[in-house]
Amino acid sequence: MREALLSLPRRATLLGLTSLVSLGRTSLAVAAAPTDKRFVVVILRGAMDGLSAVVPYGDPGLAALRPELMPPPPGQDKGLLDLGGKFGLHPAMTRSLALYRANELAIVHAVAGNYRVRSHFEAQDNLESGADHRMTSGWLNRAVAAMPASAKQGTDASSCAIAIGATVPLLLRGGQPVANWAPHGFAEPQLSLYQAILALNEGDPITGPAITAGLRDRGFGDQVMGHDQAGRNPPSDRDQAMDRDMDMSSEEARIRVTAGDQTRGRDQAMEANPFRQGQDPAKGGARNGGRFAFPALATAAGDLLRAPDGPRIAALDLGGWDTHTAQNNRLTQPLTQLDTGLDALKTALGDAWRHTVVMVMTEFGRTARMNGTKGTDHGTATVSFVAGGAVSGGRVLANWPGLGRGQLFEDRDLAPTTDLRSVATGILTAHLGLDQSAMAIVFPGSGPVQPTRGLVRST
Amino acid sequence: MDLQTAHALVRFGMGASGAETPPSNPSAWLLDQLRYPEPSWSGPFPSSTEGLAAIREDRENKTLGPQSRARALYRAQGEAAITRGVATKAPFRERLVWFWTNHFTVSLRKPACAALVGSFVQEAIRPHVTGRFQDMLLAVMRHPAMLMYLDNAVSVGPDSMAGMRSGRGLNENLARECMELHTVSPASGYTQADVTSFARILTGWSVEVKNDPQGFVFRPRAHEPGEQTLMGHRFPDGEEGGIAALRFLANNPSTHRFLAAKLACHFISDNPPPTVIRRVEGVLRDTGGDLGTASACLVGLAEAWAPGTKLRTPLDLVVASFRALQVPPDPAPPFLGILGGLGQPLWTAPAPNGWPDVAADWSGPEAMMRRVDWAYAVSGRIGDRDPAVLADTCLGPLCRPATQDAMAHAGSRREAMTLLLTSPEFQRR
Repeated sequence: MREALLSLPRRATLLGLTSLVSLGRTSLAVAAAPTDKRFVVVILRGAMDGLSAVVPYGDPGLAALRPELMPPPPGQDKGLLDLGGKFGLHPAMTRSLALYRANELAIVHAVAGNYRVRSHFEAQDNLESGADHRMTSGWLNRAVAAMPASAKQGTDASSCAIAIGATVPLLLRGGQPVANWAPHGFAEPQLSLYQAILALNEGDPITGPAITAGLRDRGFGDQVMGHDQAGRNPPSDRDQAMDRDMDMSSEEARIRVTAGDQTRGRDQAMEANPFRQGQDPAKGGARNGGRFAFPALATAAGDLLRAPDGPRIAALDLGGWDTHTAQNNRLTQPLTQLDTGLDALKTALGDAWRHTVVMVMTEFGRTARMNGTKGTDHGTATVSFVAGGAVSGGRVLANWPGLGRGQLFEDRDLAPTTDLRSVATGILTAHLGLDQSAMAIVFPGSGPVQPTRGLVRST
Repeated sequence: MDLQTAHALVRFGMGASGAETPPSNPSAWLLDQLRYPEPSWSGPFPSSTEGLAAIREDRENKTLGPQSRARALYRAQGEAAITRGVATKAPFRERLVWFWTNHFTVSLRKPACAALVGSFVQEAIRPHVTGRFQDMLLAVMRHPAMLMYLDNAVSVGPDSMAGMRSGRGLNENLARECMELHTVSPASGYTQADVTSFARILTGWSVEVKNDPQGFVFRPRAHEPGEQTLMGHRFPDGEEGGIAALRFLANNPSTHRFLAAKLACHFISDNPPPTVIRRVEGVLRDTGGDLGTASACLVGLAEAWAPGTKLRTPLDLVVASFRALQVPPDPAPPFLGILGGLGQPLWTAPAPNGWPDVAADWSGPEAMMRRVDWAYAVSGRIGDRDPAVLADTCLGPLCRPATQDAMAHAGSRREAMTLLLTSPEFQRR
């Protein structure tokens, strides 16, 4: 069924595009991208508790700090998934354990950005800016701009990177144009109306570029932008469906990607994915409260990145990590989403997985001690996951600071011993071929930061 | 309708509606809304007591999700709240209600809040939008919705009787966000120690859900004993200490500066000039945080009368579109589904800092395409009305000749209406 996604409509040639990747009711216009390397960044918003995701159960200080937040040791029912005697993965992360055992997952522990604020919002701004203050562009956008010319040669710049989700995160905003994909909620008007709308907005500094890019992301080529009569698909008469209005929940709006689509090939492609069609009744499927929203987005990212001429860089978001209370219950759901999502991404990427590195990062960690309500408050160091077929995994990288008396940061948090920028620069240089000198632009002020070596498999 | 009037209706109000006569003196019309009590309104706005009863019933029956009584209350109150925005005769006042609701975000990301957000707006926000900030802050911090959303209801002083007996302790979530997002902001330079102190001060501020009478309760047994130091000031223990600490934070110069910047961002532009922020800040300082006077100050600023500097959020856009279309209120349009589809599900902000208020956060390509698609969908409601008349009603002289021309050449009324709703001037306020 997946072949349906790869068939290039003849119209693509007419539109002057190298190819047309179709997904759901969306088409993404892209041009040839000479590099095979894929890089995906997942932002975990809300501060993931690294000490619960990857538990340092071998540290004698841990149990005293958070006795009630400790899963049973490895080997017991619902126990930790052992990573070699000192660390254990949270029991919900069974798929990640498989990646780890296949040497496709590296874990960096006691890691933090180069800022020490405990505000979600400042910290996320800094995390995405790649600096100790908020900038107007994100480090991933600047990294795309700094990619070797050979990797972008002859491409439409917007094809190189894509934000998966309803908005473009700060991480990917900046001077380099990026594409944006999200599952659709509303039916579309006819092409001629789009053209008239674009004409009225073209001169506007905000709506003009947004609508231009939006139409481009949906597969309308330059000729359409120039008000040529050539279009993407024959406009279909969807008026009746539209007159019913769009009474759906936000969850449905986020993940309903197939309803009403009249393009057969796309429907078939959708059926290959249980998260989109609710084919897993035991789990309730995509329509059940958005539980599988992230795996669905990860699958979409994989489908888009897998195409030989598709984008190469993608960013996704996953929330739900701010576990101030009842953490044992609350954390299972986002960890399961992350775990399932990484697996879904691998599946969707197919052969392209071996060229892929995924970096999972969060704005900061949480207090080492359990707080008064069986949760944790805002902290400092945490975990970053680096997954992918191109990763030299099966390892926990940690300059372990310890959890004993006098070892916590401000007597409160896991102390940071690895700079998150080391992880990112290690990937950008070794995997995407960025020059070390470009890091001054990607991560301003990171001069003394050394890239983490050996994260990426040498090819 | 002249330009000033049209601008007053979209900048300070919720968009012009053909259901009302445009004011002849726009400034006076705006200031009157601040001066007089708002028009009475009958709608389903259950109290927090009813919300808490629903939560208790859901817990007893183990009902979760869409079937719960909490979600039913959310749907009824949410639809009613937007209907009120569409129909109100005091749209400036209503905008202020939405503004402060977003400032003090309570979100369905914590599911129990579904039963309480509507009552939160009615009980903690609406009565105070032209009153003093310290009164609004106190009402917010004592409301069950906020105490549950940011976990203070379960925070316990480690050295309190309950803490010593149960081993439970502090949860600093509400204390931190109150300082960071509601009052002094990080620019004031507070430290982690201040956050922890404030969390101790607020211990015992809780919600009685299980037993009657339900509602806010101060639990002395959960309150951390002893004096606390917050930003260099000492506060006694007990409920009074918390009230005094909130009053201190509400009237801190950093709070005035922070609130002034947010108000200016909402009513002037995404990057308001520092001089304007200082004007509003000065009013807040001189009046002890009088929000009515601060709002009046905004009306008097020349900078607030430059059209088109703000991009409408999806919520603004939906309300303004229905005001423009004058859709009969019965049956109500599926507001909640629409807002979800446009990326701003009602009372469901992802985080306690609320929805963003600048164009950069709402103008992503896909987000803008959804606006376009929805505009086409809703324009199907135009029926046999004349789009040119509706354009004149909702934008007056703000409607550009190019838009009027494109509408005149559109293939159908519906397409003409779509062009109006997607025009740059309608996307702004």
